[in-house]
Amino acid sequence: MSMSAAVVAPGWRNKSALPGFGLSLGFTLLYLSIIVLVPIAALIIRPWEIGWSGFWSILSDTRVLHALALSFGAALIAAVLNMGFGFVVAWVLMRYRFPGQRMIDAMVDLPFALPTAVAGIALSALYARNGWIGEPLQALGITVAYTQLGIVTALTFIGLPFVVRTLQPVLAELSKEAEEAAATLGASRVQTFRRVILPSVFPSLLTGAALAFARGVGEYGSVIFIAGNLPGVSEIAPLLIIIKLNENNYAGAAVIGVIMLAISFVMLLMLNLLQAWTASRR
Amino acid sequence: MSALFKPRRATEDHVLVRFGLTALALIYVVLFLFLPLLTVFKEALGDGLGAAWSTITEPDALSAVRLTLITAAIAVPLNAVFGIAASWAVAKFDFWGKGFLVTLIDLPFSVSPVVSGLIYALVFGLQGWLGEWLRDHDIRIIFALPGIILATIFVTFPFVARELIPLMNDQGRDEEEAAISLGASGWSTFWHVTLPNIKWGLLYGVLLCNARAMGEFGAVSVVSGHIRGLTETMPLHIEALYNDYQYVGAFAVASLLVMLALVTLTLKAILEWRYADEIAATHHHH
Repeated sequence: MSMSAAVVAPGWRNKSALPGFGLSLGFTLLYLSIIVLVPIAALIIRPWEIGWSGFWSILSDTRVLHALALSFGAALIAAVLNMGFGFVVAWVLMRYRFPGQRMIDAMVDLPFALPTAVAGIALSALYARNGWIGEPLQALGITVAYTQLGIVTALTFIGLPFVVRTLQPVLAELSKEAEEAAATLGASRVQTFRRVILPSVFPSLLTGAALAFARGVGEYGSVIFIAGNLPGVSEIAPLLIIIKLNENNYAGAAVIGVIMLAISFVMLLMLNLLQAWTASRR
Repeated sequence: MSALFKPRRATEDHVLVRFGLTALALIYVVLFLFLPLLTVFKEALGDGLGAAWSTITEPDALSAVRLTLITAAIAVPLNAVFGIAASWAVAKFDFWGKGFLVTLIDLPFSVSPVVSGLIYALVFGLQGWLGEWLRDHDIRIIFALPGIILATIFVTFPFVARELIPLMNDQGRDEEEAAISLGASGWSTFWHVTLPNIKWGLLYGVLLCNARAMGEFGAVSVVSGHIRGLTETMPLHIEALYNDYQYVGAFAVASLLVMLALVTLTLKAILEWRYADEIAATHHHH
């Protein structure tokens, strides 16, 4: 990679006394292209080989539509649930003191560290009819494993750390002075929460939920073991990609893949906007 | 319960609220985080320790462990070198399009694991761009080790870079510029000035990168071909055993990965407590 300073037009970058610009940027761009850009281009180009009508006929298949709607809807529900659970966990970890706090703080990252297949079989065993949680729920008439509820459960498990880890630094920075001022002015604790605390953490709460949602839409490993995978009922979009690949239907797999990639791009864009909004409120 | 009668500061929650929320958080953490871990060990030991041990030491399981270790041993160092190169370019120089480059580096985190495997199938698979050429030259990438490694590199691509970029941005370039102006070479400046400054952040990124590399399931599942004893990593072996109703075996192999996760979390917590200042201040978690 001969992108040395000498051949780069002046003004393209500021002068730096340090060496290695050409080597480090060249290697970065080469590696990025081989690993990420070229394969992603292969995915984006693939569906157009079958033309608009082919693309449309795959996309308008009810099985495909249902799988996309399920991945989307379950991820949305799980993200909303995690806004509540995540806030409570983050609040308790940042504001209160209790024994075992550090260990619980570290454990919040478990869904990041635990391989998704392990999470999948563990949740499946836990929520099965004879499982530790599944059995009491069954007595109440609630079936979790092998239903859509199981998918939401797995995505809630996966999403929690996104909300907690996004909220924690914001709760730490939240000045107690504003809360004290509100209390001095006669606000009740509930009013202070609604008028002072919630507005200042809301953008971060939304960011955390958006991260959890983005992860949930594409999640595969933790879901398929508990989902039941019934076509048209509990079959998620990533699983349908694998099924189409196993049928040697590359174009079909690519169409669903492109739709999911587009969702990722939109989420990435929205997250950037959210972060800009959060920054502007500081 | 004298706490009930102590006067409460204006910014403190009522003691009942405090107990209620703490109980709610603890119930959530126990149900969602501790019970799944306990379940893995309980199911693994369902037929006793001996049965669990024999499923871990049978040849296909050992081959899965070996494949997982080989994959991580190649993917993690490559992504570490990339992370260092990318953060050097981004943090030590100003150039056009830097923000866009950083966004592209983060991109693999927002792509579904299954799509991450699919993109390599579309390039290297039999119906892919290079499929026929690879077949004619008898090179196997998909359904073989190279595909598994490529998919693993993709899903763990940003881990080291996203730790090092904010860290090296914060540290600036003064120290390196001083070393260079005193006559040190570029490499020696990197080894003796930069590397000591970023070592804990680098270790942190490598730790997270390794945990994901050893545990990746969806992306690897697409490109592996699921040949028992040959192209099954540990997570894929767990799936195969589970689908064969060999629950003791599935959960026994899973308990190895649970231990890996617990070791990762412990080391991560230690690094965060002891070297908080030396690790990037802004932690994005994925």
